[in-house]
Amino acid sequence: MEKPSQSDVEKSVAGNKHRDKLFAVLGLLSTFVGMLTLAALLADLAVNGLARLQPHFFTSYPSRFAGQAGILSAWVGTILVMIVTAVTAIPVGIAAGVYLEEYAPKNWFTALIEINIANLAGVPSIVYGLMALGLFVYQFGFGQSVLSAGLTLALLILPIVIVATRESIRAVPGSMREAAYALGATKWQTTSDHVLPYSMGGILTGVIIGLSRAIGETAPLITIGALTFIAFLPDSPFKAEFPFISFDWLWSPYSVLPIQMFNWVSRPQAEFHLNAAATGLVLMVMTLAMNGIAIYFRYRFRKRIKW
Amino acid sequence: MSVQEPTEAVTQSRPSMKAMDTSVITAKTVEPVNKIFSVENVNFYYGDKLALKSINLEIGEKKATAFIGPSGCGKTTLLRCLNRMNDLVLNTRVTGQIKLDGKNIYDPSMDVINLRRRVGMIFQKWNPFPKSIYENIIYGLRIVGVNNRAYLDEVVEKSLRRAALWDEVKDNLHKSAADMSGGQQQRLCIARALAVEPEVILMDEPCSALDPISTAKIEELIHELKDTFTIVIVTHNMQQAARVSDYTAFFYLGELIEFGETGKLFTAPEKRQTEDYITGRFG
Repeated sequence: MEKPSQSDVEKSVAGNKHRDKLFAVLGLLSTFVGMLTLAALLADLAVNGLARLQPHFFTSYPSRFAGQAGILSAWVGTILVMIVTAVTAIPVGIAAGVYLEEYAPKNWFTALIEINIANLAGVPSIVYGLMALGLFVYQFGFGQSVLSAGLTLALLILPIVIVATRESIRAVPGSMREAAYALGATKWQTTSDHVLPYSMGGILTGVIIGLSRAIGETAPLITIGALTFIAFLPDSPFKAEFPFISFDWLWSPYSVLPIQMFNWVSRPQAEFHLNAAATGLVLMVMTLAMNGIAIYFRYRFRKRIKW
Repeated sequence: MSVQEPTEAVTQSRPSMKAMDTSVITAKTVEPVNKIFSVENVNFYYGDKLALKSINLEIGEKKATAFIGPSGCGKTTLLRCLNRMNDLVLNTRVTGQIKLDGKNIYDPSMDVINLRRRVGMIFQKWNPFPKSIYENIIYGLRIVGVNNRAYLDEVVEKSLRRAALWDEVKDNLHKSAADMSGGQQQRLCIARALAVEPEVILMDEPCSALDPISTAKIEELIHELKDTFTIVIVTHNMQQAARVSDYTAFFYLGELIEFGETGKLFTAPEKRQTEDYITGRFG
């Protein structure tokens, strides 16, 4: 083959540089599409809802009168349901991910499980709602309770947590495991002292994504019977007398923010739409706050580890 | 420094190793030794592929034994059998026996955790944990429940001194191991292995990614360590084998071709293949 001439090479390099710049511009535009949409959404909610964000909005129950209506039962419900979801989905998801990656034999059966879990992450949430209606609400007799809702959302985000856990664990160099084993560590010591701490940043990212998805879910909760109008709070988890803590709230009926929002949006009066916008703002702030906490923990974990 | 001259021997590819500076080799006196490991009829399979073919050899207590041979000859595989690190590799199988103090380490009654505490390992690529120097060294003790601070402090100092690292890091014990140079990190890994007081230390090409000065330090260390520990070292560098070991085993294509006193193997090899390899005619 003939050697390319100097001018051909220069022309080609110039073209390559051109394409390089082209992508930078395209990438920037794509980023802006996402950013602007989010900004517009926030601005729209703020314009409509900001005026409603008075203290009484947070301390009042829903009402027939839009001006007096509040989200007390909804935000308390959201927090309680998210606690149940987090407490179940995080440990179970991480344990399953660790088991599949570190302990389970690598064969066709575990490969099948892996494919299934990845697919579960894509199942529409209403399908989870239908399953939970049969399983938690009726079969287990949990009824239309905070517990049923929390467990339903936990199932929904479990695949996300499992997949994120596996991916982060896989990124831990094998040499770390070898180092621990060579010093006489057991599999569990290797996992808990090294593999998990070194992958915790990535696992937390998965947890953030999962919980953010759960907090905004409406369809499965409507399926399992969340209330749209509720004028009382679940039983308090803290008590004045021994044992000072109570789990009766798990069995309480509930509403959550997205359902409250959905209820107000579907009313004909424009007044209620403002309430819905305000609820949307609260929901977004809660999501951001949750992400913020997770990002803080991720930062702490990553800072402690220096490769 | 003794590192320089033998390195030239490789590049010049002399027809015979007999011309090499033999002062290092002849300086070694070979006395009768106790056998700590005896490898008997060991075959090793990766899937269906036979990687070690009926290997028989014995490793002397408080001696340094070198495994040499071209890439893929099975020397690292055999090394990793000695503390059963190969258990971690999927789809592998061992037949035959490897006895440590007369007890087969592949016997179901052998506790592999215990075995690895008796037989420590240094890897080709240094692998300190992303933690402090101190935390790295005490890890082997922490996992068996040692928490006495004063005792741990003592072990850290002793291990670092033995690994000739104490003077360089004594003021930075709580700094990250990742901030050290490659040679220091490898010596830290040696200190970490020493902290659990093993009987045997396996070294898998411990210097292959190090510069000559760091290499010299580690070789010096091996010389000192073999007064207390049994050393088994895999190396690609024949001069290194000649410098640090008392016995050398030459492997080729999964077979043990020749095994004997290092001085003899390098100056008067019995097998043609050994001579060809050590004189640089192949490999």
